[in-house]
Amino acid sequence: MRNAPALCLAATLAGFAPVPAAAEISAERVERLEHMLVQDCGSCHGLVRKGGLGSPLTRDALAHAAPEGLAAIILDGIPGTAMPPWRALLTEAEALWMAHHLLMEPRE
Amino acid sequence: MRRFLATLALSASLLAAPAGAETAPRATGGLGLVIERATGSVLLVDRIAHEVISRIEGLGDLSHASVTFSPDERLAYVFGRDGGLTQVDMLTGAITARVLQGGNAIGGAISDDGALVAVSNYEPGGVRVFDAETLEMVADIPSGGKTVGLVDLPNRRFAWTVWETGTVWLADLSGEVPVITDLGQAGLNPYDAVLSGDGRHYIVGLFGEKGLTLFDMWQDAPEPVRFLSDYGREDAEMPVYKMPHLQGWALTEGQFALPAVGQHALLWVERATLAQAGRTALHGQPIFAVAQPGSPYVWVNFALPHNDTLQVLDSRTHEVVATLTPGAAVLHMEFSPRGHELWVSSRDGNRVFVYDTHSRTVKAELEAQSPSGIFFTARAHRTGL
Ligand code: HEC
Repeated sequence: MRNAPALCLAATLAGFAPVPAAAEISAERVERLEHMLVQDCGSCHGLVRKGGLGSPLTRDALAHAAPEGLAAIILDGIPGTAMPPWRALLTEAEALWMAHHLLMEPRE
Repeated sequence: MRRFLATLALSASLLAAPAGAETAPRATGGLGLVIERATGSVLLVDRIAHEVISRIEGLGDLSHASVTFSPDERLAYVFGRDGGLTQVDMLTGAITARVLQGGNAIGGAISDDGALVAVSNYEPGGVRVFDAETLEMVADIPSGGKTVGLVDLPNRRFAWTVWETGTVWLADLSGEVPVITDLGQAGLNPYDAVLSGDGRHYIVGLFGEKGLTLFDMWQDAPEPVRFLSDYGREDAEMPVYKMPHLQGWALTEGQFALPAVGQHALLWVERATLAQAGRTALHGQPIFAVAQPGSPYVWVNFALPHNDTLQVLDSRTHEVVATLTPGAAVLHMEFSPRGHELWVSSRDGNRVFVYDTHSRTVKAELEAQSPSGIFFTARAHRTGL
């Protein structure tokens, strides 16, 4: 159920770079994004991403997902739930960076 | 005055000494805790001297952490996100008891007599009640979802609301067996609730639909009363990057100040009629709106990306009278009990600022690591916190 919006949103993202080259995002901005993941996403998903009002975002919990799908969720949110769209604050490359980060790096 | 300060400094240094600290003459009425959200620590502070007394470590995940105090202001109860419930001795700065009571918690409350501490859980959901002294569990009340808006009510009672189902529950723990009552439906996806300081009105904020729901807790059988069911939400709906926290929201001049979810606005509602009395356009989406004790003023902080700012409103005119920018990511505000000072945490500035509320200027600052909630011991004497 939760995957449905992710998949169809991902499908609409034609032309989306599959993996953002690290060079596209400055080191300073990467630091800022990491901080945002912990603190701002953390206010709903927990500082260690074990969940809160938002679902857990641990590597295990996201094992089913593709990075493009997650990036689409981050940019556009999940309508009808408390997951907000972050498009006004993040570029597509940054959202994809976050998605990869969530899938690769367990916070604890 | 100088002698007074010197005495404080002396007692602070005695307190820092590990041995014999309990016997040093010292009061707790000027103390507080500041949550250091990312490091799992809290700062024990002296709000009168504007000093950090010590850092207490090992409290786990403290995002969304909150604190209540025992009636004698000796013990603090820190509710952590990871389900940790920690009892801290405000005189010695030591952790005196700690339990990992659930998997994912968001707040708590203490009964009017100080005997019971209740914790609201996201995972496994429901409310667990503990003996305030030993932290042994005395009741486990599942309620079918994530618990929000847990408050204490007179006579060993607690009320809370469930995010998924919208149900409001009342638990009476004054007798041998807990009596749990379903008070009815608040609405779709309630995100938080607040109890007026006189224990009368329990107000539930809704995320899933417009409006708020009020329960008159002075009645024998409180019932849901919907109000503000059209605050024009669609006109200007914006992403909600952070849910407002209703706890501590202002009741002043016979009006409730309430957040318009997803909007840059605060709504004023007549307490007697529940009719909207005004609307104030703000700098961002409000998170907290707290009344400055002994004044007509309400101080407001904001959600991302406007969270470097505070605004001050006059509850008589509903106008913004000051806009201040203390620092990056202002998460919380706590007034001195009589309102002469306001402590403000700047998470990303790693600072706590102390405002003189009369001049609205910063008179002191303290260093802290990602500070969020600030809690003074005077909370011990307030219903519903
Ligand atoms: C205001 C609360 C809130 C904030 C802040 C928030 N989220 Fe969410 N998020 C949610 C909720 C609630 C869900 C689950 C929605 C559902 O499916 O019911 C969710 C779901 C998700 C999912 C989908 C998970 C899955 O299992 O498919 C991802 C990915 C996600 N969020 C990423 C983020 C990121 C990254 C941030 C920070 C930029 C963030 N969220 C900030 C509330 C929030």
